[in-house]
Amino acid sequence: MVTQDQQSTAGGSWCAEIFVSLKPVVNDPQGLAVRDGLHMLGYDEVSTVRAGKYLQLWLDAPDQRSAEERVRQMCEKLLANPVIEQYHFRLSQDSDHQIGN
Amino acid sequence: MRFAVIRFPGSNGDHDALMGVELGLRQPVEPVWYQETDLSRFDAILIPGGFSYGDYLRAGAIARFAPVMESVARFASEGGPVLGICNGFQVLTEAGLLPGALLRNDSLQFNCSWVHVRVESDETPWTAGIEPGTVLRLPIAHGEGRYFADPETLARIEANGQVIFRYVDAEGRTGPGTNPNGSLNDIAGVANERGNVVGLMPHPERAFDQMIGGDDGLRILSAVLEAGLSAATRRRS
Repeated sequence: MVTQDQQSTAGGSWCAEIFVSLKPVVNDPQGLAVRDGLHMLGYDEVSTVRAGKYLQLWLDAPDQRSAEERVRQMCEKLLANPVIEQYHFRLSQDSDHQIGN
Repeated sequence: MRFAVIRFPGSNGDHDALMGVELGLRQPVEPVWYQETDLSRFDAILIPGGFSYGDYLRAGAIARFAPVMESVARFASEGGPVLGICNGFQVLTEAGLLPGALLRNDSLQFNCSWVHVRVESDETPWTAGIEPGTVLRLPIAHGEGRYFADPETLARIEANGQVIFRYVDAEGRTGPGTNPNGSLNDIAGVANERGNVVGLMPHPERAFDQMIGGDDGLRILSAVLEAGLSAATRRRS
């Protein structure tokens, strides 16, 4: 998931922001508990909450396409478990993202 | 029969497994550090419970890449008996040696109690000689034990007889209040297609003597003695 203004073929450092969540068919009791908490606070308009993970990682790659391919492999092999989880990510040039952002 | 107990950084059921084999089964057993790769001297492998690598990312996700796991996979592919207990079960699913995955308990609570499980199949070395339908009383201690598999996988493992243990009441019936974590089909343990790799959430190694609350777990550990020896003989012939 790369936005138009981030399209670039320049090599160098990249930041990947990775979002991992349970597949829609997998029951998410954590999300349900958070939703109930929001309801107790009066946010009745909230219909669904799904909890997940957010990871940032920095990597070097010759171009955007290879950075995307490497991050995709990392997601498939370790960062997400394809049996229960889905993921998506976005890449940006490292200079846009400092650690802790 | 020589047992290995695989020890990862963060394993905490390793001593229980060593004691279960040594005092319960009275068989030789050694701890095997996760960096070791030679398992050729063993006839059966236990992957104990705990929080390998702090359960970081997902329970079992990082342990799966430990050097010893390649040897465990080879041992399993040769037909050697492997039992994953609790976190060991999670490690085996992450490694793809068992189908499915284990999720956060539906209660969101860590559940530490005694449960009943029904043995569904005696066609594994870990249940050989235990008549299907037998109810065992075993302790559990886990926060992420909710077994999940997609509908196709679930249908396949049910049809293949790969569901080995199911949560039940003391009379062997499934139903409300018997499933401690919300697992699909009340599944407590499964096997691979071949049957030699079994994983379960309850702790048989913590039930090897009446003095510690029960000895039903010893039946699972004992089952492998005969079945495991013949598998080991086949593997070496």
